[in-house]
Amino acid sequence: MTENSAARVKNLTVKYNNELILDNISFSVDRNEIFVILGGSGSGKTTLLRHMIGLESPLSGKVFIDDINITECSENRFYEALKKIGVLFQSSALISSMTVGENVALPIAEFTDFSKKAIARMVQLKLSLVDLERYEHYLPSEVSGGMKKRAGLARALALNPEILFLDEPSAGLDPVTAAEIDELILDINKQLGTTIIIVTHELASIFAVAQRVIMLDKSTKKIIAEGTPDKLKNECDNPYICKFFNRQTNIEKR
Amino acid sequence: MASDISPCTFDILKNPDGEWTIVLSGSLNINTAAGTLSTLTSELKKNALTSLKFDLEKIIDIDDYGALVLYELKNEVCDPDTDFQILNPPEKLQNLMTRMKSNNSKQSRLTSFSSVSNLVIQAGETAIENFKSIKYFITFIGSLVMSALRIFQKPKSLRFDDIIRHMKTTGVDAVPVVALISFLLGLIMAFMSSLQLKQFGANIYVASLVALAMVSELGPIMTAIIVSGRSGSAFAAEISTMKISEEVDALLTMGFDPVLFLAIPRIIAAIIVIPLLTMFANLFAISGGLLIGVTMLDLSATSYISQTINSLNLFELFWGLSKSLVFAILISCVGCLRGFQAKGGASAVGHAATSAVVTSIFLIVLFDSIFAVIRSYWG
Repeated sequence: MTENSAARVKNLTVKYNNELILDNISFSVDRNEIFVILGGSGSGKTTLLRHMIGLESPLSGKVFIDDINITECSENRFYEALKKIGVLFQSSALISSMTVGENVALPIAEFTDFSKKAIARMVQLKLSLVDLERYEHYLPSEVSGGMKKRAGLARALALNPEILFLDEPSAGLDPVTAAEIDELILDINKQLGTTIIIVTHELASIFAVAQRVIMLDKSTKKIIAEGTPDKLKNECDNPYICKFFNRQTNIEKR
Repeated sequence: MASDISPCTFDILKNPDGEWTIVLSGSLNINTAAGTLSTLTSELKKNALTSLKFDLEKIIDIDDYGALVLYELKNEVCDPDTDFQILNPPEKLQNLMTRMKSNNSKQSRLTSFSSVSNLVIQAGETAIENFKSIKYFITFIGSLVMSALRIFQKPKSLRFDDIIRHMKTTGVDAVPVVALISFLLGLIMAFMSSLQLKQFGANIYVASLVALAMVSELGPIMTAIIVSGRSGSAFAAEISTMKISEEVDALLTMGFDPVLFLAIPRIIAAIIVIPLLTMFANLFAISGGLLIGVTMLDLSATSYISQTINSLNLFELFWGLSKSLVFAILISCVGCLRGFQAKGGASAVGHAATSAVVTSIFLIVLFDSIFAVIRSYWG
C-alpha cells in the first residue's frame, strides 16, 4: 500500500445471504492510473465496485478513498469522499425525467454556487468533452446507448472528481462506439489526470486502456492475478486466466 | 439446425412371459417424442412387464426429447424389478441419459422437503421479511426527519420546481375525477336518504346529512382513496423504477440524499394539495345533493344552501381537513417507502405500486377509526 494510492481496498470480505461473494480482497490503485477490475460474469466485479463507492457495507474490511476510510467514517467525511469520485453506472443511470444537459447540471447546481448562466456554460463544456454539445436538450430516452454512456461520463466528470469509477463502460456497444469510449477514457486520464477504475470483461477495452489489472476468480472469490494486461496474457500460470485471455486470440485464428 | 421431421415408428415383439422388445425406427426427437411417448405409455400400461427392451438400431435421429421418452417410460411404466435395457444405443444417447439421471437426482433432493418443514421455513422467512420491512420503515421515517432538518439548515436543497410539478400531477390533474366521484356520491346520498326522510316530511334534513357526512367523514376518505390510487401508486412506481435502473444509486454517489431529492417534494406536494382536493370534493358532493334537493324534493336552492351552512361549523370543517392532512402524509410516505423498498426487475415496480395502494387504503381506514375513537372521547 503506497502513500500515493488514490484508492485502497484492505481485506474486504462480502457475503450475501450467507454466500461468500468476495474473500479477503486487498489492492491499491495509484494516482493517475487506469486500473481495471477484471473477471468473468458472477465473479463479484460490480459488487466490489459498489463497495468501493460506498453503496454497500462489507462484512469486514476497509475501503479508502484517498485517505478516508469510507466503511467506518462519519457522514460528513463520507460526503467528502463522495465529492472526490465520479461514477458511470452500467446502465448510465441518467435521471430519465431530465434532459442530458439537466443531468450534467444536477451536481453542479447542488454543490456549487454558480449562477444558472454559468452552470449552463459549464454543462456545455462538460458535454463538449464527450462530444455531446448538440444533445443537451434531448431526454435520455431519445439518444443512443453510446450517447447515454457519454452523457453519464460527462455527469460523472461534472465536479472534476479525482477518481472515476466506470462499470462496464463499453458493455452492449458496437466495437466502433466501444473504441470511442476507450479513447475518451484515455483522453480524460491524460488531459485531466483523473484516476480511472474500470470494471469490465471486454478484452479489447482492457488492452486499449488498462495500465494495471486485477482479476477476480468466481470459484475462489479472490484475486488470482495482478499486473499489466500483457503480463497476465503472456505469463499466465492459471488455466482459467489463459483461457480468458486466449479466447480472443483463438477467435482471430479461426 | 432444424430437427429431422421423419416420423417415429415402432414394432413390438412380445412373448407370453411379459418380455417385450420395442424396435424403434425413424426420428425420435422434439417433433415426434410427445406422440411416441403417449402412444407407448398407453400401450405398455395395459400389460404387466417383466422385461422391457428398446432396440434403437434403426433410429436415425435422437435428441434430448428422445432420451426423455425412454427415461419417462422407464420410470412410469416399469416396476423397480422390471429388466429395462436399451439395445444398440447411439453414442450421444448415453450422455443424454446420464445427464437426465443426475438432474433428476438433484430435483428429488429439492422436493424431498416435507410440506411441514416447508411451512416452518416459509413462516420463518416471512417473519424475517416483515421484521426487515419494519426496520426499513423506521429507518425511512428517520431519514425523512433528518432530511426535513437539513432543509431548515439549507433551504436551497429543497427542490421547489419538483414540488410544483408534483402539486400539479397530484392535485390539479386529480380535480376532474375527484369532482365527478364526489358529485355522484352527494347525488346518491341525497337520493337514498330522501327515500326515508320524505316519509317524515323531513326533506330539508337531506342537506344536513349530505353536508355533515361529506365534510367530516366521506370527503377526506374518498379523496384519500382516489389520490392513493392515482398518486400513491405513481410515487411508488416512479421511485422503484429509478431504484431499479440505478438512478437512485447515481444520486447517492453524486452526494445527493435520495429521500430529500425524491420523497420530500412529493410529500410536501401531497400535504398541500390533498386538503384542497378534499374541500373540492365537499363542494361537489354538496352540489350533487343540491341537484337532488331542487329537482326531486321540492326544496329551493336557497333553503338547501342555508340548511347546509347551518348544519356545518368550523370545527367540522377543520376536523375533516386535519384528517385529510394526516391521510396526505400517509399516502405520500407509503408511496415513497414502497418505491425505495423495491428490489429486482420489472415485477418489483408492479409490486411496489400495488403494495403502496393496499397499504395506503389500510392505513387510511385505520387512522380514520383512530380519529373516530378520539372524537368519541372528545365529545
